[in-house]
Amino acid sequence: MTPVTLAAAATHPTDPAAGQVDTHCPYCALQCGMTLRTGARTAIAPREFPTNAGGLCQKGWTAAALLDSPARLTTPLVRVAGELRPASWDDALDLVAGRLRDLQAAHGPDAVAIFGGGGLTNEKAYLLGKFARVALGTSQIDYNGRFCMSAAAAAGGRAFGADRGLPFPLTDLAGADAVLLAGANPAETMPPFVQHLRGAAAKGGLVVVDPRRTPTAEQASLHLAPVPGTDLALALGILHAAVADGHLRQSYLDERTTGFAAVWRIAAAYWPERVERITGVAAADQRRAADLLARARNAYVLTARGTEQHATGTDTVSAWINLALALGLPGTPGSGFGCLTGQGNGQGGREHGQKADQLPGYRRIDDPAAREHVARVWGVPAASLPGPGRSAYELLDALGTEGGPRALLVFGSNVTVSAPRSAHVTERLSGLDLLVTADLVLSETSATADVVLPVTQWAEEDGTMTNLEGRVLLRRKAVDPPEGVRTDLEVLSALAGRLGQPEDRFPADPETVFTELRAASAGGIADYSGVSYGRLRAGEALYWPVPGDDHPGTPRMFLDAFAHPDGRARFVPVTHTGPAEVPDAEFPLRAVTGRVLQHYQSGAQTRAIGELAAVVPEAFVELHPDTAARAGLAEGDLARVASRRGVMRARVRCVGSLRPDVLFLPFHFPDRQRANLLTNPALDPVSRMPEFKVCAVRVTKEDGAA
Amino acid sequence: MSPRNVVVLGYGMAGARLAEEIRHRDPLAERVALTVVGAEPHHAYNRVLLSSVVGGTLRPEAAALHDRDWAARHHVDLRLGVAATAIDRAVRQVTLSDGGTVGYDALVLATGSTPWLPPVEGLVTDSGPAEGVVAFRTLDDCARILDAARVGAPVAVLGGGLLGLEAARGLAGRGNLVTVVHPMGHVMERQLDASAGRALARTLAGMGIDFRLGTAAARYVPGDGLKLADGGHVQADLVVVSAGVRPETALAEDAGLAVDRGVLVDDALRTTDGRIHAIGDCARHPGTVSGLVQPAWEQAGILADLLTGADTAARYRGTPVVTRLKARGVDLTALGDTQTDVADESAEVLAFDDPARGRYAKLVLRDDRVTGAILLGVPDAAATIAQLFDHGVPAPGDRLALLLGRALPSGAPAAASPADLPASAVVCRCNSVTKGALVDAWRGGACSAAELATATRASTGCGSCSGAVRGIADWLASTA
Repeated sequence: MTPVTLAAAATHPTDPAAGQVDTHCPYCALQCGMTLRTGARTAIAPREFPTNAGGLCQKGWTAAALLDSPARLTTPLVRVAGELRPASWDDALDLVAGRLRDLQAAHGPDAVAIFGGGGLTNEKAYLLGKFARVALGTSQIDYNGRFCMSAAAAAGGRAFGADRGLPFPLTDLAGADAVLLAGANPAETMPPFVQHLRGAAAKGGLVVVDPRRTPTAEQASLHLAPVPGTDLALALGILHAAVADGHLRQSYLDERTTGFAAVWRIAAAYWPERVERITGVAAADQRRAADLLARARNAYVLTARGTEQHATGTDTVSAWINLALALGLPGTPGSGFGCLTGQGNGQGGREHGQKADQLPGYRRIDDPAAREHVARVWGVPAASLPGPGRSAYELLDALGTEGGPRALLVFGSNVTVSAPRSAHVTERLSGLDLLVTADLVLSETSATADVVLPVTQWAEEDGTMTNLEGRVLLRRKAVDPPEGVRTDLEVLSALAGRLGQPEDRFPADPETVFTELRAASAGGIADYSGVSYGRLRAGEALYWPVPGDDHPGTPRMFLDAFAHPDGRARFVPVTHTGPAEVPDAEFPLRAVTGRVLQHYQSGAQTRAIGELAAVVPEAFVELHPDTAARAGLAEGDLARVASRRGVMRARVRCVGSLRPDVLFLPFHFPDRQRANLLTNPALDPVSRMPEFKVCAVRVTKEDGAA
Repeated sequence: MSPRNVVVLGYGMAGARLAEEIRHRDPLAERVALTVVGAEPHHAYNRVLLSSVVGGTLRPEAAALHDRDWAARHHVDLRLGVAATAIDRAVRQVTLSDGGTVGYDALVLATGSTPWLPPVEGLVTDSGPAEGVVAFRTLDDCARILDAARVGAPVAVLGGGLLGLEAARGLAGRGNLVTVVHPMGHVMERQLDASAGRALARTLAGMGIDFRLGTAAARYVPGDGLKLADGGHVQADLVVVSAGVRPETALAEDAGLAVDRGVLVDDALRTTDGRIHAIGDCARHPGTVSGLVQPAWEQAGILADLLTGADTAARYRGTPVVTRLKARGVDLTALGDTQTDVADESAEVLAFDDPARGRYAKLVLRDDRVTGAILLGVPDAAATIAQLFDHGVPAPGDRLALLLGRALPSGAPAAASPADLPASAVVCRCNSVTKGALVDAWRGGACSAAELATATRASTGCGSCSGAVRGIADWLASTA
């Protein structure tokens, strides 16, 4: 069913002169189509686009409020005598470049580190990676996508040979009889997405795996609520049930995959009754899930952060992929496996070189051929490129320590709020000789910086974004930025010049950067060489890889072959080990962190928008009424939640559908309301994903003491 | 330092698991040189899956735990089809049935158990079970059962315990005419009370299984069947015996170890000889019962910690027992203390008895904790209650909801009409629009669903509430 109001907004052409521009939402990876009307007052109208089908959530509707918000930064800030004071651009950039030069001269190239973000455009992600490797010569660059998509990306890569979140257009879901969502709550995280699940829900085939009865789970035909941290065992149980009930697609296994035997030897030991005891999910429900997926004509298995943000995240996603492969779904028309990318450019952001181990085009930085290719495009010797650096948490953990970076430049991220064990991260930031941020508003990280550079946001600049389907979108400039604000590209270009780089090596014009990105990505897994601003302006729907100007793009990957050299998908044998930290007498409950509809990521943007902040103004903790009562807490009380790593405060919300041993905490809030004060930085050995989604805690009544 | 020689006697689920756990901690055999001796000719297989093999849903090879190359890949000296015949503790040496010997620094007994054949005339011959009689224990037993149980053939199952009922259900599902003969008044009397046993038998009867309860088999006649003690007769081409097992303790007894219905072990899984350990069905630890795989696997993990030195402080404290019947179409869980009656005032006991629909639920609590339960036909309640039992956490205050799970109607009833919704009710979650905001917008002149949407953004996100917004518009129009 389409929303009722949108027809009028749907067909206006882009026409900045007439005061309206077709663009995309600044927030999540759904990249909903919207039209920005400029004039006396900037306003947003929804626009028909395949991912949102004309819908917008409250974040999208109110996105323009931040364009002219009083919270915007419009002048560089430099810390003088402990206080951030306005400075000129030249003074600020001279200061930063000078300090970076000095620190590198004294301590080597790796004394300077960069932290990027999954909300940055492809052009920024690309130029940031190049800036690190060429202008700074540092290996120390990573980004917040490590906290987001890294587990799914690693699992997708090892199973299929390439990681594109959804290797099919989102609208394909409409034809499915069954969809299993593992650890996804799109009804709150990307609401218009839910429209694509309606077909499966109507046919009784929507299966939602989530410890909480979320708004998404409410719509499910079958809700499986595992103990947090036991998803891998659940996937093994469903796989076991599928095999034991005769649903294995043997011909698909024979023709398109390798490695099932080793996977079955593990899954054979996870019969549903045993898995029930580990996960708390009834054996009968595991069998029903297997049955719904296996009997569907078209079925999908989709994962998201709930199942991925664990110290066993990569293996857990592999377990879901194994299930999908056993049922013959991936690479089959009308069926498939995918992961729901979170951040606005979470897909493109992981492809173009802001990741510690990567070069543009989804190439590996330790691959000699990849280094040769990219170095040629950059006009530098391959040997001059540094090797892989530290992963995001390891990078933050090393700041200011012996042998660790002494300076950090942060673009598009608010690590003080979003990194795990955040009190420790804050302490590490304070150990730096120089912290520089590029920001729209004074985020919690910027508030502690030595230099803050005010930069543009979505509607104030051109740039491409790659949405959760791997479709490349052109997000156009619709309004002029406030005076005094520069683009991230301009900042990088100006710093590179001051660091002695030739002027044309770090262009500030997005289309020029993109043209270079196309060449750098050519021949890589994520090949953008055939994507151009011209084709995007003409309205072409281009899904990577697009290996040539006349190539139509690849809406559906893997239909003929998977991306491994033998063309086959690989089963990866994985087993359940459980969460890194389990409850004990001191910390008897499990805390799960997550999102609310009204806020995005660390909340730096959305908390500054009055209409959103009014709905969810502060951190809350959801807990079962019995658990609240045992702690002497009632609805609306202020609770103190503690883990081995810290203590946070949150307002009590009693939720009868929650397991009595589980708490839920949204992570969008600052200071003493940071859920990440509690979270466990235990890292996934493959992807280096921290264990955001489960840690052991206790809850008590806040007594006012520190 | 040279690795210590660990010899495992038994390559069943306990022995195989121990070998895996040791190699998980010591993959290159740097600390432990491992010899595993298995009497069966097969590589280890998963006994839990045998009822699925008998039921025909899994092929026998799907039950394999290890492939042919497993031992070589993991530096394990595997002796298949060889039994240990004696332990010489003085020289720390085991004698094998092939005449060889193997020395040990540490020895592990994982010899499991053997089926008990009741003293029924004609059931056993000098060379083992009579023709047409098969125990239900090994992969070879399964092959014999599948061989003999032609579709439609009558089969008698001797024993109405857990495994007997699983075998019966599997055979009934294959189209055999199955009769269960059980000497007690109700089935699974170790785990169930009489009411639950009745409800279970009634459910299984609905699947085509006959029961002869409270009577024993007196005589077996090949080609005819069983004569019963009460004078009855059960026609059977095949008799499947599942009347219990006996721990395999002969080696231990001969070696002078303390044995009492199992080789006695302490929390370090040591027998009365500190160099000899025992795990699984052949062992007896006060914290658990034998015959289930979960305790055996937990013991294997602990013992691997000890033998490899990965955690020398590891101790086995017991395993709470949760029994699950693996029978297609039947969902039964029994745990802890199941025999306490509702009339017993020393505990809080709830019960729900619905034999006509195959449902029975009983919950025993002490000090707010679940100490026992029987749950038949209420699968989601069973999953929750087993977790409460395992983790020893306080049970939710709403006992009825806990007992019946989804069988209980959920939460508040849906509002009958928009008029009944409170003004604060969120109608459109995507845009945080309450009923009150819609009413205000209507009063402000937005007098249709489309105008309400324009004014409030309700229904402009995922569109799920479009119907609700139209309903409110219709209601407001009718009250105008």
